[in-house]
Amino acid sequence: MKKENKVLKFLGNNSVPIMFVIICAFCIPVSGFSIPYLLNEIFTRMGRNVFLIMALLIPIMAGMGLNFGMTLGAMAAEIALILVADWQIWGIPGLILAMIVSIPFSIALGTLCGKILNRAKGREMITSYIISFFINGVYQLVVLYMMGPIIPIKHTSIKLPRGYGIRNTVSLLSMRQALDNLLAVRIGGVKIPVLTFLIIALLCLFIVWFRKTKLGQDMRAVGQDMEVARAAGIDVDRTRILSIVISTVLAGFGMVIYLQNMGNIATYSSHSQIGMFAIAALLVGGASVDRASIGNVFLGVILFHTMFIVAPEAGAKITGDSMIGEYFRVFVSYAVITVALVMYETKKRKAKSAVGQQLEAEQREEESK
Amino acid sequence: MSKEIDKNNTFGARLKSGLDSFGLPRLIIACFLLLLFAAAPFVGCDLATQITNTVNRFSWNAVLVLAMVPMIHSGCGLNFGLPLGIISGLLGATLSIEFGFTGGMSFVMAIVIATPFALILGAGYGWLLNKIKGGEMMIATYVGFSAVSFMCMMWLLLPYKHPTMVWGLSGKGLRTTISLEGYYDKVLANFLQINIGKLSIPTGTLLFFALLAFAMWAFLHTKVGTAMTAVGSNPTFAKAAGINVDKIRLLSVVMSTWLAAIGILVYEQGFGFIQLYMAPFYMALPAVSAILIGGASVNKASIANVIIGTFLFQGIVTMTPTVMNNAIHMDMSEVIRIIVSNGMILYALTRKTEGAK
Repeated sequence: MKKENKVLKFLGNNSVPIMFVIICAFCIPVSGFSIPYLLNEIFTRMGRNVFLIMALLIPIMAGMGLNFGMTLGAMAAEIALILVADWQIWGIPGLILAMIVSIPFSIALGTLCGKILNRAKGREMITSYIISFFINGVYQLVVLYMMGPIIPIKHTSIKLPRGYGIRNTVSLLSMRQALDNLLAVRIGGVKIPVLTFLIIALLCLFIVWFRKTKLGQDMRAVGQDMEVARAAGIDVDRTRILSIVISTVLAGFGMVIYLQNMGNIATYSSHSQIGMFAIAALLVGGASVDRASIGNVFLGVILFHTMFIVAPEAGAKITGDSMIGEYFRVFVSYAVITVALVMYETKKRKAKSAVGQQLEAEQREEESK
Repeated sequence: MSKEIDKNNTFGARLKSGLDSFGLPRLIIACFLLLLFAAAPFVGCDLATQITNTVNRFSWNAVLVLAMVPMIHSGCGLNFGLPLGIISGLLGATLSIEFGFTGGMSFVMAIVIATPFALILGAGYGWLLNKIKGGEMMIATYVGFSAVSFMCMMWLLLPYKHPTMVWGLSGKGLRTTISLEGYYDKVLANFLQINIGKLSIPTGTLLFFALLAFAMWAFLHTKVGTAMTAVGSNPTFAKAAGINVDKIRLLSVVMSTWLAAIGILVYEQGFGFIQLYMAPFYMALPAVSAILIGGASVNKASIANVIIGTFLFQGIVTMTPTVMNNAIHMDMSEVIRIIVSNGMILYALTRKTEGAK
């Protein structure tokens, strides 16, 4: 009896990953992809995405929910990469330089984002989501109009023919997979980008270490209860801003890794979906809005991207229309986020109602003041 | 001497409080639009054409913006889930054509068919929002996105047959844009249209909006409408007064969804095309920012906010490209639109508003 309960509880807590295992188990045979091909794709996508997804962990720790504002870091990285591409610094040095150049942009944007979020406590997610749109407008203003006349861009291969603004795609051909190919190991046709994985391992160590530092502990305290943290003498607002800044900087690094793998920048669209896919992958791995671990990141990347690879092909085989699978995977990404958000909010409400109606009424009264 | 300082202080304070209530961003936007109108003749734009465009676009979008009102009133926040209502409208539009209705009748039937979809989807959506009080806006956004991407599959799979709507080659799956010529293209706009030189005013559409706006205004003054405002401004008090909070919230969501369905139909009749697939995706954002520009906040909105906001927003959207292009030969309108509309939403979200959390 007790054991049965435990099994049920396990199923309940991990319903999203289990659902994905079932989808993948169904779609893989239908799609007809070979196992080495699949493994190759998954390793590539892991190297490409894990760093980005990890950028989400720290704001979750600080109780700020899913940081839709990680797009800001992605934009900072794109600006840095455009500049580095114009300076013609290629290969690994170019990538390292791009990461360094992205840091000041990331810090500035992250600070701005953190400050705005501090003014919108309790609705961080929707606010960070709108911030990403707002900054996208500013990004376009900079890249489309200021690059050329104000920020010097020399090379016509990057500039639009009209003399200012950046082309729709900026080629990073000489940086393409520079990181992935150095130290890459091939096992039976499966390429493993060892160096990229080493960098990811370093980031994992950093996050594990960071949790134990004073700042990390502060963040967890703030995430638990802002009032208690404030009473304990923690500067809540500063801690929250720092968590967003760290997340933005990491997202910037992640975006550089992502783009070196892709080999080109789609100047006006590369960043727009990054946040959504990273968040969906994290949630597929079993994370929730208030709790996420490194394990969730890896499980999520594997499950989510397996689905992403096989869904179009499987959809085409079943319905005879390849677009169905495309739309299906987009739908699943959004549905996963919706379900996770709903589960989080209902859980929060349940916990709240357990305290008792009396207390709730009092609290509401206080909130409404 | 001290009296004078006092006077200055109170005047300054009054000015400041006046500015605060009007909102600095709103002032900037209004001034910007005024500047555009003033500059238009000097840079060689035809003012009459500009005004016609602005009024036209106002008439297309006003109902979609009106759809925001009930949910803001009942404290459900900004309805980022607008695409759900839009989808009901699209179902009504496509089914009406599929069933062979043409001309003005197809518009009426589109409304009739869209209504049950809007009621059912709205009820489900409202039920969900009642489960997650406090987190409405984020979940609304994603409910909208999920619905749109789900319908992307459905537009391909549903057995539509009408030759004007499906892809010519395969004979199945709806096209991304469907022309409304011969159906309800401009049915409202052409009704009693006023033409003075280059100036033309779509009276019918404006009247249709006025009718809905008046109905909304009247509804908000009925007993149920007052209860809705009470629920929005203080749920605890409303509960104590014997109002069924969940039921009122549900009603507001259903109303909002239905208005969104009607809104997209009005939009289509002005625009002349039905846009399917990913088109409804970001339609919530312009409507949200329009009502905020008009002076609404996260939990307060009036019909005047809708009218002023839609006019200002659509004015900027239509005026900037032409005026800017003529003045500095640089089309920055898209960027300005993104910054203005999202900046406005951000401003509203970061304002400390009572009752909203």
